[in-house]
Amino acid sequence: MTAPLLDVKHLTVVFDGSPAVTAVDDVSFQIAAGETLGLVGESGSGKSVTAFSVLRLLQPPGRVSGGQVLFEGRDLLTLSEREMRAVRGARISLIFQEPMTALNPVMRVGDQIAEALLVHGQASKSEARARAVDLLNAVRIPDAAQRVRDYPHQLSGGMRQRVMIAIALACQPPLIIADEPTTALDVTIQAQVLELLRDLKAQFNLALLLITHDFGVVAEMADRVAVMYKGKLVEQGPVRQILREPAHEYTRSLLAAVPGMKGAR
Amino acid sequence: MPLLEVRHLVKHFVRKQGLWRPPSVVRAVDDVSFTIDEGEMFGLVGESGSGKSTTGRCILRLIEPSSGEVLFRGENVLGFDRSRMRAARRDMQIVFQDPYSSLNPRMRVGDIVEEPLVIHNLGTRAERLTRVAELFELVGLESSYLSRYPHEFSGGQRQRIGIARALALNPALIIADEAVSALDVSIQAQVVRLLMDLKERLKLTYLFIAHDLRLVEHICSRVAVMYLGKIVEIGETRALFSQPTHPYTRALLSAIPVLDPDAPHERIQLDPAAFDRAAPLREIGTQHWAAV
Ligand SMILES: Nc1ncnc2c1ncn2[C@@H]1O[C@H](COP(=O)(O)OP(=O)(O)OP(=O)(O)O)[C@@H](O)[C@H]1O
Ligand SMILES: Nc1ncnc2c1ncn2[C@@H]1O[C@H](COP(=O)(O)OP(=O)(O)OP(=O)(O)O)[C@@H](O)[C@H]1O
Ligand SMILES: [Mg+2]
Ligand SMILES: [Mg+2]
Repeated sequence: MTAPLLDVKHLTVVFDGSPAVTAVDDVSFQIAAGETLGLVGESGSGKSVTAFSVLRLLQPPGRVSGGQVLFEGRDLLTLSEREMRAVRGARISLIFQEPMTALNPVMRVGDQIAEALLVHGQASKSEARARAVDLLNAVRIPDAAQRVRDYPHQLSGGMRQRVMIAIALACQPPLIIADEPTTALDVTIQAQVLELLRDLKAQFNLALLLITHDFGVVAEMADRVAVMYKGKLVEQGPVRQILREPAHEYTRSLLAAVPGMKGAR
Repeated sequence: MPLLEVRHLVKHFVRKQGLWRPPSVVRAVDDVSFTIDEGEMFGLVGESGSGKSTTGRCILRLIEPSSGEVLFRGENVLGFDRSRMRAARRDMQIVFQDPYSSLNPRMRVGDIVEEPLVIHNLGTRAERLTRVAELFELVGLESSYLSRYPHEFSGGQRQRIGIARALALNPALIIADEAVSALDVSIQAQVVRLLMDLKERLKLTYLFIAHDLRLVEHICSRVAVMYLGKIVEIGETRALFSQPTHPYTRALLSAIPVLDPDAPHERIQLDPAAFDRAAPLREIGTQHWAAV
């Protein structure tokens, strides 16, 4: 068997303080090229902190206190900040749960998408500008040619989320970590965005770590599912198995709370 | 008399396009009317960018509408002066769609939740602190978190801080803009139970803006569907969900993800050219209107 694209081993993250909080506790999972792993779990269970840790975006007092993040044969936790910058966006990109934490409020959204391409030397200035329009079109933002000139505050919540997705897709990285990427989208646009991700998976063998609490999205997208609870991965398995025969008590209680779940089975 | 009546609400944004291009106009809210009864959970759903948040912000005058009327208990709040408006805000609260930008990053979350009580001079300090701790517990957060700052929370925890703050004053109306969208299903169920309980006990009224149609179907008595600045369908939840009539509503309901990985999918594609965007709402059934 070939090595997985991403191999997270015994990842442990603490927030120093009194008391110190262990937000991620000995978490291990793998993602193969082209695979989608759904990560679900309780609010506050450590999903976003896991995502941030993989990309080394944790801010102090948060720190990785143990484990490895193997990606394309290297442990990301040992790279220099400079090497890491070449990974972020180009090899692994992150769709942030809260777009406004990541978007620059005083920069036009088109320029922010173009910048993602320019930073990694993937396009000339004029190409990047044209690509920005294409990408906004791809995430179903109407009047994309005009919308590139908008600032984030001029967009609706769901449009900002789609700008984030466009930025993440810009460099066609082999792995995208998508943290609740469709919470602000209505189901028709959500379906189109998920379709787009599926196309990219088929075309470029894109792998996806999909953090979501929407079991409908999990059922449509994920190959495997991992369940987090209070900082630990409590269950992991193929999507059908997790949805139909959840083994862990927390997973069972979670599925029991999904409106309409019983009707679907 | 309904608690809230929105009449012909219009909000246009003018976007400057630089020196050489004419400004363009976004008709974010384009002649929207609806009423909400006291103690009702009214759902507002629709396409991303269709004007839901703008409608909510106009009702509270966080942005000034271009035209229209917003009657709260029969009085047009758009005519209120500053001090009247400040008093009215005690009764009308909003949970913002984006918790991160709506919470002051330099304030401890306990102070954030207490702030509305301070502004409206309610209770002694000790009483306020008791209330804040109680609100925290109600939304499923530990009171040991009260002295933390907003960035020290997860997305869903921040969202619950916004809910606690909106509930602090016991308002009459809450505009809940995607207020539970970041919560896992079990905590979401807990928060929704809380909102429903307050509705029953205190006749709290909600404008519930959401993308989760299963949830809306479950908890709202009436629903309006927005598309490109207009309400294209409105009615009692059961009627609207069982007989969606506007092409957009049909496409929307057909796109709800199915919980079974093996279920076949019949999604209705919307053809925007196939319907008249200027069509007025007309009654198509009991308590059910559509712009067809
Ligand atoms: N800067 C910080 N200081 C202290 N604790 C923190 C900090 N940032 C996050 N935490 C804690 O770490 C835990 C995990 O947070 P994380 O954001 O990973 O949750 P999550 O699973 O993404 O939840 P959600 O579904 O609500 O987004 C939470 O309990 C949170 O309060
Ligand atoms: N401050 C602003 N300046 C210019 N345009 C704006 C502004 N705020 C909103 N808009 C525009 O108004 C329209 C409606 O936005 P609104 O935020 O109300 O949508 P929404 O229905 O809440 O969408 P979502 O479901 O994505 O949150 C959008 O086209 C948006 O770009
Ligand atoms: Mg999170
Ligand atoms: Mg909105």
